[in-house]
Amino acid sequence: MNNLMDKCCDKCAHSPQTPCKDYVACRLDGPICHQDEACKEKRARFRDEVNPAPGQGRTVICVCAGGCISSGSMKVYDKLEKALAEKGLGGSVEVRKVGCHGFCEMGPIVTLEPDKVFYTRVTEDDVDEIVASIGGQVVERLLFTDPETGGKVTRYDQVPFYARQQKLVLKNCGFISPERIDHYVAMGGYRALVKVLYGMTPREVVDDVKVSGLRGRGGAGFPTGAKWEGALNARTKDKRYVVCNADEGDPGAFMDRSVLEGDPHAVLEGMIVCGYATGSDEGYIYVRAEYPMAIYRLKIAIAQAEQYGLLGDNILNSGFNFHIKIKAGAGAFVCGEGTALMTSIEGNRGMPRFKVGRSTEKGLWDKPTTLNNVETFANVPMIINQGGGWYAAIGTEKSKGTKIFSLTGKVINTGLVEVPMGATLRQIIFDVGGGIMGGKGFKAVQAGGPSGGCLPTEHLDLPIDYDSLGAVGAMMGSGGLVVMDDTTCMVDVARYFLNFTQSESCGKCTPCREGTKRMLDILTRICEGKGVPEDIETLDRLSRVIVKTSLCGLGQSAPNPVMSTLRYFKDEYLAHINEKRCPAGTCQALLVYSINAEKCTGCGLCAKNCPAGAITGEKKQPHVIDIKACIKCGNCFQKCKFGAVEKK
Amino acid sequence: MDNVNLTINGRQVSAPAGSTILDAAVAQGIFIPTFCHDPNLPGVASCRICVVEVKGQKNLTPSCMTAVREGMVVETESPAVVEARKTILELILANHPQDCLTCEKNGDCRLQDYAFIYGVKEGGFTGERHNYAIEEDNPYIIRDMNKCILCGKCVRTCAQVEGRAVIDYAFRGFRTKVAPPMNNTLGDSDCVYCGRCVAVCPVGALLYKPMAGKGRTWEIAREPVTCSFCESGCQFYLNKKGGRVIGVSAGSPGLGRPLCLKGRLGMELLYCDDPVTPQLKKGDVFQEVSWAEALGLKGVIDKIKKLEGE
Amino acid sequence: MTCKCGHVDDSVKQEDLQAAIEKFKAVKGGLIPLLQEAQDIYGYLPKEVMQQISSGLSIPFSKTFGVVTFYAQFHLKPRGRNIIRMCQGTACHVRGASRVFDAVSEDLGVGINGTTGDLRFTLETVACLGACGLAPAMMVNDDTHGRLTPEKSVVTLKQYE
Ligand SMILES: Cc1cc2nc3c(=O)[nH]c(=O)nc-3n(C[C@H](O)[C@H](O)[C@H](O)COP(=O)(O)O)c2cc1C
Ligand code: SF4
Ligand code: SF4
Ligand code: SF4
Ligand code: FES
Repeated sequence: MNNLMDKCCDKCAHSPQTPCKDYVACRLDGPICHQDEACKEKRARFRDEVNPAPGQGRTVICVCAGGCISSGSMKVYDKLEKALAEKGLGGSVEVRKVGCHGFCEMGPIVTLEPDKVFYTRVTEDDVDEIVASIGGQVVERLLFTDPETGGKVTRYDQVPFYARQQKLVLKNCGFISPERIDHYVAMGGYRALVKVLYGMTPREVVDDVKVSGLRGRGGAGFPTGAKWEGALNARTKDKRYVVCNADEGDPGAFMDRSVLEGDPHAVLEGMIVCGYATGSDEGYIYVRAEYPMAIYRLKIAIAQAEQYGLLGDNILNSGFNFHIKIKAGAGAFVCGEGTALMTSIEGNRGMPRFKVGRSTEKGLWDKPTTLNNVETFANVPMIINQGGGWYAAIGTEKSKGTKIFSLTGKVINTGLVEVPMGATLRQIIFDVGGGIMGGKGFKAVQAGGPSGGCLPTEHLDLPIDYDSLGAVGAMMGSGGLVVMDDTTCMVDVARYFLNFTQSESCGKCTPCREGTKRMLDILTRICEGKGVPEDIETLDRLSRVIVKTSLCGLGQSAPNPVMSTLRYFKDEYLAHINEKRCPAGTCQALLVYSINAEKCTGCGLCAKNCPAGAITGEKKQPHVIDIKACIKCGNCFQKCKFGAVEKK
Repeated sequence: MDNVNLTINGRQVSAPAGSTILDAAVAQGIFIPTFCHDPNLPGVASCRICVVEVKGQKNLTPSCMTAVREGMVVETESPAVVEARKTILELILANHPQDCLTCEKNGDCRLQDYAFIYGVKEGGFTGERHNYAIEEDNPYIIRDMNKCILCGKCVRTCAQVEGRAVIDYAFRGFRTKVAPPMNNTLGDSDCVYCGRCVAVCPVGALLYKPMAGKGRTWEIAREPVTCSFCESGCQFYLNKKGGRVIGVSAGSPGLGRPLCLKGRLGMELLYCDDPVTPQLKKGDVFQEVSWAEALGLKGVIDKIKKLEGE
Repeated sequence: MTCKCGHVDDSVKQEDLQAAIEKFKAVKGGLIPLLQEAQDIYGYLPKEVMQQISSGLSIPFSKTFGVVTFYAQFHLKPRGRNIIRMCQGTACHVRGASRVFDAVSEDLGVGINGTTGDLRFTLETVACLGACGLAPAMMVNDDTHGRLTPEKSVVTLKQYE
């Protein structure tokens, strides 16, 4: 027996060819088919190896192999392995590549389990010290410093960023190895699958998901139970599909990626349960091409699930078959839209289709299809295990459970944040996120990506769920939260998002194809100081028409960033148009650079770096900028060591 | 089939279940503009000019593909609908040459008609426009993609003939264009110049070259003829101006008929007063050929001549 | 499979392509994965390859071309040995991605979607890499590099031959 999934001895008759309904329970607490203390002990030992309890003398060093790879975590991993081997600690200490911890700002992150020791910004040079510290004193200097108290925090559950989250979907991320199915099983994985296959009818599964109140995490918040019911009741009986939407294309969102890279089996299990509940035997995962690591880990996960008979034909001898295939996207944001995604899987240009009826009646290849988001599926196993009622107790009246947000922008703690529905923006941005970078003031948060809206300070105490965000002109979207401070220009932000949607428009329908282009033209003009007062009314009208007449959700929501900034930050538009001024100091063309004579030491660095030769002045005397010659490149502003160059 | 009762513009109407709002409205003589809709082609609902307001729905809905429902209350000219149509027309015009005065399609163009109906004079938006070269490198079809409104009818009609699908959408977003493979010209593609696409184009993006400059649309009367070259029996139109037949255009490509080039050339030879000498592609270039060769009758005629000469 | 000399060994590639076509012939929705595989073999999608794929799968060439030009991932021209993809995501945008882009663009002497003369680099942008916590970020081949500054990004590229 080499790992939890293997047979304990020859008395175990299990193999994928001879599936057994007690397989999962057996691996965890078995053996079940025969009594043997030695075997039981072996099983317990393997389980504890994955998830050691304190005091067992085992340490697991978890190194993030998610986002932290780009800050060098794999070098840390390699060095750790080498150091442990040299010290002969391989038996009691394990180095483990894990998924994202969520606190990307502090990466590379290394944790020591089971003591929950939390090291941040770890480099290769720290490895020896970490290894030496095992069993003794923690390495103080690598610990997280609480910005409020200034004190060191040893355990991650005491770090404010984590302490204020409620990790349900992400509970395994950052702890188990995503490339090993035995880790998932040791943490209680695939029990939901057993439960539905042997204890529930498809109808009961659908009902339980309905009771849970789970709503789609892909953006629109459609009730998942109702969707599954639609598929279960679909008239076409011969073939049905389950599709997982892992196209996560919102710029600023990476929660699905983290789930796929950190706990892929949770998604697979959710899909298999969905297949059972909706009478489907085939699933697709549509993963965006930009996520090679997610695809790699999913492939491993699928292969392992098949190898152990948790996926494939006659799963656990229940007679239920389910197969999962991966489809890699090819780089088109619009393919996240349901109908475009399906037509793309079918091998076409990913242009959305006008839906006649629901996809649960006529979807992929015209067969009933249940499409859900990655995070939606990842919620399913715990709903099945702990009951829909348990789940429904978390969150707000109409939005249940937790939601993962990706918190980015000008916030101190960027990263993934999982909080119950109904948490306020203030809690997320200030309590979990630690507030605004560089002591600047909060200005707005863009919720819901390019289809969402910018919300100002007045909405900071809004408890967020699907309905509350929609009511104020934003949306949940996939859960992107981009924080902006007072140096962010809201017209520029609106332009940025429109530029995105415009370049991702599929081009099929007129309002979106032509209309977003004209809106972008207008916004660009305004940012360049060429706006005219009528532009506001034109933007308003174009927004209205594009929202009302576009074929798919992309066009229907593309004007949201413009509409919300017009609603909350109209004065900034007016300043650009009427006064040719950018209040945030972002729009290059509108800036006026000048030199503060009191601060200027006359070093001449600015003049040397001015490509337009617009700066003159005697040595050691205050310099001046010739506004007419200035091309507003900003070089002087960046080069001045005394902060004497000012831009307004 | 069962009928469904609904209200359109305050009028109680009844329509067969499964029909669209557009069908129901047209049956009542209510006008709704359409660009991409064609009863003979699969629906795509992409142009959005046909949107109408359905009570209780947040957004406007394309009448050409939305099925009627019992109790539905529809407005086809509400303020929101009119604003939308006007704006869509403005958006199209903002990216469309405004050379109606010299356009061959003048007088027979849907864009022109709808702009007139909704009082839209000009695009009203400045900014980037398409700037494609006008394609005249084949003897039969002039293709000006600057005028294309991307209704996609040509793509769908071409694909209706087994194994043809010479053109398709290419690129995406604002750069979307209907194009043969490699974004080549029609002259450089496997196009057979059947003219189906010309027949369905609602604007002046696709035109018959042999008729270019021969008359304004309102001077030309169309008279149907049925081709007798093969058993398909395709429909063509004789285009008559002042009693003279100046050209033959492809009729409705519906009905599963191929509408081949040979058929149209044959009709031209038979009916035109001044038939334009046909050309065929030899290797990569078009060359003028005899009518006998163009109609594939060279061997037959030679043989007839030989036999009858003897 | 991609060799670095820029020289094309067509027969090997042709064999691989034929094998790929065989593999996807009977697969429903096989066009896109087949194009992806073909692009892995050739580095881009030459006309002849698209033609072979079209006839292999009995799909009109016009459709294949339409699909290829729809998706950002497919390329009609040869690209550099190393592909730089600069993130234009929201998080990167607000943290100064455009300055990073400018620095790299200037250093390589190519603009957006440009390829250096020595075929060493192709510079592309991508809507979002999903590495927002590390903004501004870029991807070189399959490696993600984060927390870039204009200087750091230029130095990072030196390691790629
Ligand atoms: C332009 C556009 C992009 C979308 N992108 C995604 C995406 O990347 N991931 C996703 O799960 N849903 C996306 N959606 C939402 C899907 O259309 C669909 O509602 C969702 O996948 C359904 O799953 P759910 O009910 O679990 O949320 C997008 C929608 C639109 C209009
Ligand atoms: S709204 Fe935009 S993305 Fe959606 S179908 Fe229309 S053009 Fe395509
Ligand atoms: S002329 Fe006929 S074959 Fe050529 S593009 Fe038009 S419809 Fe297709
Ligand atoms: S060429 Fe004519 S028929 Fe074809 S898409 Fe353009 S407007 Fe429509
Ligand atoms: S005619 Fe209905 S959308 Fe074009």
